[in-house]
Amino acid sequence: MSDVLLPSADMAYSTPDAQGFYGPYGGTFVPETVIPALQELATSYQEAIEDVTFLEEFISLLRDYVGRPSPLYRADRLAEASGLGAVYLKREDLNHTGAHKINNTIGQCLLARRMGKKRVIAETGAGQHGVATATTAALLGLECSVFMGVEDIRRQALNVYKMRLLGAEVVPVADGQGTLADAVTAALRHWVERVEDTFYVIGSALGPHPYPQMVRYFQSVIGSEILGQMEEKRIAHADAVVACIGGGSNAIGTFYPFLRDVPAEDRPLLIGAEAAGLGLDTDRHGAALTKGTPGILHGFYSYLLQDDEGNPLEAYSISAGLDYPGVGPEHSYLKDEGLVRYETVTDAEALEAFALLTRVEGIIPAIESSHALALLPRLAAELGPDATVVVTVSGRGDKDMDIVREAGLGG
Amino acid sequence: MDSAGTGGSPHSLSSPGAPTPSASSSAAEASFGNPLAPAPAASRLRAAFLKGRPALITYVMAGYPDRATSLEALRAAARGGADVIELGVPYGDPLADGPVIAEAAAVARAGEGGFGLIHAIQVAEAFIRDPGVDHAPPVVAMTYMNPVMRLGLKETAGRMRAAGIAGVIIPDMPPEAAAPWRQVSQGIDTVFLTAPTSTPDRLAIVTAASSAFIYCVSAVGTTGERESLAAGLSDQVERIRLHTDLPVAVGFGVSTAAQAAQVAAIADGVIVGSAIVKRQADPREVETFVRGLAAAMRG
Ligand SMILES: Cc1ncc(COP(=O)(O)O)c(C=O)c1O
Repeated sequence: MSDVLLPSADMAYSTPDAQGFYGPYGGTFVPETVIPALQELATSYQEAIEDVTFLEEFISLLRDYVGRPSPLYRADRLAEASGLGAVYLKREDLNHTGAHKINNTIGQCLLARRMGKKRVIAETGAGQHGVATATTAALLGLECSVFMGVEDIRRQALNVYKMRLLGAEVVPVADGQGTLADAVTAALRHWVERVEDTFYVIGSALGPHPYPQMVRYFQSVIGSEILGQMEEKRIAHADAVVACIGGGSNAIGTFYPFLRDVPAEDRPLLIGAEAAGLGLDTDRHGAALTKGTPGILHGFYSYLLQDDEGNPLEAYSISAGLDYPGVGPEHSYLKDEGLVRYETVTDAEALEAFALLTRVEGIIPAIESSHALALLPRLAAELGPDATVVVTVSGRGDKDMDIVREAGLGG
Repeated sequence: MDSAGTGGSPHSLSSPGAPTPSASSSAAEASFGNPLAPAPAASRLRAAFLKGRPALITYVMAGYPDRATSLEALRAAARGGADVIELGVPYGDPLADGPVIAEAAAVARAGEGGFGLIHAIQVAEAFIRDPGVDHAPPVVAMTYMNPVMRLGLKETAGRMRAAGIAGVIIPDMPPEAAAPWRQVSQGIDTVFLTAPTSTPDRLAIVTAASSAFIYCVSAVGTTGERESLAAGLSDQVERIRLHTDLPVAVGFGVSTAAQAAQVAAIADGVIVGSAIVKRQADPREVETFVRGLAAAMRG
């Protein structure tokens, strides 16, 4: 078994700047009360990732507790069914707790402990980040509260139960639509009140600086492993690398090492899949990059679904992890710079991809991840039957059984 | 992709930097290099603190429960003896506000098929034109950053000036991010907030950036009524005074006449929000309540 790759320090692709801006996006737009805490966090984070002891503990937990590296699996029957030469699945679904989220929670909870905080809070949509945080808190002996919208509590009952078993408090958020954006707001407000003794473990590559950079760092293990595994398996070239976009953490973790370490001329197409929900011509979707306009939400500037008065709009997706009205700021920058392409996938297309992977490979993906898988037939049409595509399967679908059953899959 | 119109992006926020003495001395460049611009020359807001007694600053949510009633509530506050009116702009994700103000914002937003920044400025203008008292107290708009970005920084400043608004409070715009707003907001005071968590370094930055007065957030948390004032409040005010000669007004959690009197003994201004918004549906109640606050502070 190869060693987990150490994410190397930021080099040529040098975002963000010292204030946390990715081009015009990102920054710190929060009340003064939490600014000292964010500055302390930025300093502690920087010190931690330059400290070999911290990194060794992070990497050994990823290896021995999470089970990394996750396999890069060659899915031949899926390739054939999609009309592609080769499809490789980056199996984040095989991680402990079933998704990529734990890479980040281990990093942030280790940092919380290093900073002397005894209590962590988190927001969650699908419940995956909540479960990952509750798990890591149990592991490290931290007190844990998870904020979750009431609608998501309904959609993801199993994960709610898991969090409680793990010893976390699940705080229902009834504001707004009762989904992920409301949970982030509730967690941020709570943090404003308890900033002195509480560490906020944000679950995606979003929020005020330094969160997007920090989450990218902890999730970059995904892309770093892919690059190493491609070399090991003598995969000379991939035509495209695909990941789904909620807040954008599994995607930036997948893409960042390609942006940083692979010269532009050798770089595969990097493609993010946003949720088109019931369709982009309806107002029931979560496609901030495709349909949004730049604005500020939850402390950072990025593409955002907003109304004429600048209020955030409700986002929708069949997957609780993708219905966020904003998106991590680095993706806005990557879109404007043309470094990553962003496409959208409807609920129906995602369900179809879910069913296909399940039937031809015996792998049940998360509905979030199914949005990335749904791009495969399109890529076959675009790149031809010999193309090689890598897809990050960000999580497994156990949590989604009720939803797919409601949607009529499997009879 | 500049959908925010004239507002543009906060790109230049990324490098406000420190004032550079070696930079060109042309006026435009000087103000770009130094986001910590001085107060407008004849600040109407500053004048409200020069009455020889602590100022009473009352927060009213524009559009709550509807446009007409909120205008009446402003007049009621003025009649009751408010020295400054803080006019809240309804916004959908008010991170610094507690339940009373957040819920009032939600009700206000639902009015007129979308009540927001433009409408709030109209309410201010109507009040300033016809305040129902001899001299309208100056109006400071309290808005979050995104409505301003959406309308455009320059457009917002232009409309505020035209309406006669004297200043703004933007709780999620830290001084480091204020340079673009500074550049377009001449004649409008920008009041920044200190927090109980502010370090001495932060206090230096916030007080240097603020004009007219300093908004001292008395408690860690969001706006809303509290049983008692934060412990150590007078120390907090004194720590701010080490950095500035500007008046210091205290807000967040001041909700009774007795608390207002306590704060008036240690600060230059008393800001009352949720306790007024709670009564806003009945402007007569607002007037009585504000009169009681003023009497307690001045008694
Ligand atoms: C399995 C899975 N994939 C993807 C996401 C979306 O998050 P992100 O875009 O940050 O990777 C989630 C979020 O809950 C998730 O649970």
